[in-house]
Amino acid sequence: MRRGEPPRTLRQHAALVYPGAMLGVLFLVPFAIMIAVSLYHRVEQGFYEPGFEFTHYARFFTSFFSDHLLFSLFIAALASALCVLVGFPFTYALVRLGRRAQIPILVLLLSVLSLSEVIVGFAWSVLLSKNAGLSNLLVWIGLLAKPLAWSPSFGAVLCGLSYLTFPYTILVLYPPLSRLDREMVEAARTLGASPARTFATVVIPVLRPAILAAFILGFVFTLGSYLTPQILGRPQHWTLSVLITDQAIYAANIPFAAAMAMFLTLVSLALVAATLALNRSARRTP
Amino acid sequence: MRRAGIGLVILFLVAPLLVIAAVSVNEKKRLLFPPHGFSLSWYGAIVAESEWLDPVLRSLGIAAMAAAVAVSIALPLAYFLWRYRVFYAKALFAIGLIPFALPPVITALGYLIFWSSSGWSGTMANVVLSHGVFLVTLPLVTVSLGFEGLDPALTEAAGTMGADDLQVLRTIVLPLILPYMVSGYAFAFVISLNEYIVAFMVAGFTVETLPIKLFNSLRYGYTPVMASVTVVFVALAALIFGLVARFGDLPRLLGALGPRER
Repeated sequence: MRRGEPPRTLRQHAALVYPGAMLGVLFLVPFAIMIAVSLYHRVEQGFYEPGFEFTHYARFFTSFFSDHLLFSLFIAALASALCVLVGFPFTYALVRLGRRAQIPILVLLLSVLSLSEVIVGFAWSVLLSKNAGLSNLLVWIGLLAKPLAWSPSFGAVLCGLSYLTFPYTILVLYPPLSRLDREMVEAARTLGASPARTFATVVIPVLRPAILAAFILGFVFTLGSYLTPQILGRPQHWTLSVLITDQAIYAANIPFAAAMAMFLTLVSLALVAATLALNRSARRTP
Repeated sequence: MRRAGIGLVILFLVAPLLVIAAVSVNEKKRLLFPPHGFSLSWYGAIVAESEWLDPVLRSLGIAAMAAAVAVSIALPLAYFLWRYRVFYAKALFAIGLIPFALPPVITALGYLIFWSSSGWSGTMANVVLSHGVFLVTLPLVTVSLGFEGLDPALTEAAGTMGADDLQVLRTIVLPLILPYMVSGYAFAFVISLNEYIVAFMVAGFTVETLPIKLFNSLRYGYTPVMASVTVVFVALAALIFGLVARFGDLPRLLGALGPRER
């Protein structure tokens, strides 16, 4: 069995038939139908008929859409930036622990990452609530006179989103940081730089592309949050994902939902492509 | 200083979970923290009340089958790409990565439109197939990692000694890939168990999974079973990832170089 040579006979392609069919029928076809439906004509009472119109895309220029869009972009950028700001020094410290000590922390990060958004939203709503929240603890210590309700609010949404995105940011930063050349760091230390100075003048500049990539991927990830803004926020805190579901399920306007989904797809794909390009150029000039 | 920083971040990660664990043992049905009294009855209620047991079992069943579907798609694709580096296999691999690079609401809406126009919708099988394809990225990444780590000398030696492709695959490649298949399965299983939006859009009104049940009951007010079932699910995720770490190389799966590659 030799690797790398191109397949010659049709029989050698057998392994590709099933994955190709599954991905084709259950991913590409739904996507294609969604593109088509975004151009269809909406009929009242929640159905649509074949057509070719840009009316749903035209609604992007209304304030209903643009307000939610701007808010989504703003809060996703803020949450992702917070995660990178805390996550980068954290990951740097993490990879310098021994492999054995890393494992329980990695297991915790993966467990938090895989938690349902419902669970995260529920947990934070309890933590920020008046009856059972953190403020009770502050009252008990004597820092606060009366327990306060901190949710729903903008801060609560930001907290929940940062919590959701944080483990993801760490897992994006983990490979480049754990592959960072230790000799480079040691050289800086030998030449007399303090640990903080080494971090600021050697580690951060070398890993700038990785930091930017983590920010962008965290941004796209946060953009997908759907339940957190509903559980921890008020309607003005709803993001584009909530709006898409709301239009599709409750307002029964599937063409408009599809148009918004296409927009979100283009934004996300462009950002992910930018990240890939960034990483490629970083690899070319070490 | 470094340890204090790591400790603070870990506190941030576990604080909400600790509060949930604390309120889950309240004696009365009220949401109180610190808890009043101590009772494990809300854990018993998960099994005793079919209102909770049904969605839990349904979610476990869907996750078990969806993860199997995801691995069944990922394995032949990763094998083909390892064996023959041709552009259409690379393109298919890239398509397999897309669901994870996009906000999930997009894939979810695609499925909603697809299944409702196919005339077959609202069943558990729809959810299993949708999750299976949606989560294919995870086993695809882990299994490909396994293939890349294979020592070419092993397969070549077997070939020289007269084994045909199928024999090499069965006796050498698959046993070495198995840990990567298992961890890919585990990742997909846990994510499917916790996934909300795709399940909701595919069959949210007919197939009630646990996350859907949780969100619905969140809207109608609090019951301590919500807290106890959350604790069980967090513990399950930690247990599964702990097992992956115990029997596999977790740092390498997450992208650190293996000990030999350094």
